[in-house]
Amino acid sequence: MTLLSAALAAGAVAALLLGRYPKPGFTDPRVLFSDPLAGQIFLLLRVPRVALSILLGMTLATSGAVFQLIFSNPLVEPGFLGVTQGAAFGAVAAILFFGGSLPAIQLSAALCGILGLGLAYLLARKIRFGGWILRLILSGLAVSALFTAGIGIFKYAADPLTQLPEITFWLLGGLSHISWGELLWVFPTACVGLSLLLLFRWRVNLLTLSDETAFALGTSPERVRLVLIVGATLSVAAVISVSGIVLWLGLIVPHLARRIFGADARYSLPGSLIIGGGFGLVCDTLARMLLPGEIPLGILSSLVGAILFIIILTRRGFRQ
Amino acid sequence: MSDPAALAFSGVFFTHGGDAPQIRNCTFEVPEGSITAILGPNGAGKTTLLHLALGWLQPAGGRISLFGTQLSDFSARQRGKTQSLLPQKEPTGFEYTVLEYVLLGRAPHLKPLAAPGARDIRIATNALSQTTILPLEYRSIARLSGGETQLLLLARSLTQEPKLLLLDEPMNHLDLRHRKGILELLLDWRAAGKTAVLTTHDPETAALLADHLILIFPGGRMICGAFAELFTGQHLSDLYGLAIRTFQRDGRFFVEY
Repeated sequence: MTLLSAALAAGAVAALLLGRYPKPGFTDPRVLFSDPLAGQIFLLLRVPRVALSILLGMTLATSGAVFQLIFSNPLVEPGFLGVTQGAAFGAVAAILFFGGSLPAIQLSAALCGILGLGLAYLLARKIRFGGWILRLILSGLAVSALFTAGIGIFKYAADPLTQLPEITFWLLGGLSHISWGELLWVFPTACVGLSLLLLFRWRVNLLTLSDETAFALGTSPERVRLVLIVGATLSVAAVISVSGIVLWLGLIVPHLARRIFGADARYSLPGSLIIGGGFGLVCDTLARMLLPGEIPLGILSSLVGAILFIIILTRRGFRQ
Repeated sequence: MSDPAALAFSGVFFTHGGDAPQIRNCTFEVPEGSITAILGPNGAGKTTLLHLALGWLQPAGGRISLFGTQLSDFSARQRGKTQSLLPQKEPTGFEYTVLEYVLLGRAPHLKPLAAPGARDIRIATNALSQTTILPLEYRSIARLSGGETQLLLLARSLTQEPKLLLLDEPMNHLDLRHRKGILELLLDWRAAGKTAVLTTHDPETAALLADHLILIFPGGRMICGAFAELFTGQHLSDLYGLAIRTFQRDGRFFVEY
């Protein structure tokens, strides 16, 4: 764990010095002082972006790990309770109706993401059969499907020359337009959410049990579950409102963390946090480094994620 | 005045929704330091009774008390320190190690944000050695056999350090060696002055363990009392709708059907 944290810190420093200005590749730290433009880029663009890429990975991976444990299902990802599709719907609507100014997109995405969770939660209360978990999963699916349909309508109606490319770009995710402003409001929200998840990291294990067992162990599963879902969702909504949709990260990193640190959330949650941070950092650095143009982060996270996932699945556990 | 019963139901009603109440006017007492078997055919409501005792299901009427205190007056943590449940089956999705899983039993003893420490680990390993699965300490729970899984759940219950053990069909699907292991453990439990309530559909299991019986007949009628009074061919025949004879050899009860 210490080793991984050190690797993440080293990676962050390295990533800060990697970029395409003044020349592609590694930047000599001395250039930052001699070339004012390089210094500006470093301070105003690269530092917040690197910080946010780590935060993005940490948030998605840790929330994903918590969601997988809570729903006793290794296939859920952090946005599946209507959050991801809700945020996407909000962003697309803002592009279409408010001309696509950045703050409008971000605000609309965050609000609709939370709205998505609210709808899924209310719908789950209305479903009259099945356990709580099944009901939440079903209503999350239903709400996501509704928002997806809405996105489809918007895309169909959008101007194919101006609006559609912007929509597509947002839906593929990316951190190309990050500045200190985004970091300033995403950071506190995500920090509160993540601290909550990490503080409860041993108790989260109890939520993988069936409700009556957790109850017999002297806990109130509903209450803890609600607190954790809200905490995780708020931080995910904050992050994806600025990053767009970054799939797979929140699904795959928890698997990796469990393979390395074991199932016990006491270790697999911090593990997800650090591995997720590294994953976000690597993907985003590749996204801005590889080509002169930006590669959408969603594409890289899917690609790197899928490759990692195949490796995890086909290897025997590497935990001793 | 004698000590209050470990578990007492008085005039308890319970219904699963609109239909006729599944449990009607149920009254019984489980004395402290006894093993009580809830005996009845499949679907008679044995698990329901256990879930009512746990507080997981709420009665529609009547009172349930634990060691003299009404169940609804317990806080969740107090309740978890007083009684534990061995569930009939437990889905396990993630590959916890045996020790990690058993440590979950410490939940009611730990503060909300605390994690188990050295003392908790000592209690858990002690429970593992009592249930004979200490050698499997670091094995993944997904790789345990059915019998080992049952011992795992029992170890978790013991780690909870309850005064009252609730066990839902503890002997189901076990081979003779594992049955014997659990049997001896429960007899030791009683010898230590603690209380257990178990459900079973198998009269032999009740005969091996119980000193008190609660019989649930098809249709919901219930009687309770000392084992020797209730373990008769007549009652068992009514219970299962079969001609059943009981006989005794070397002080042990057997059934023939």
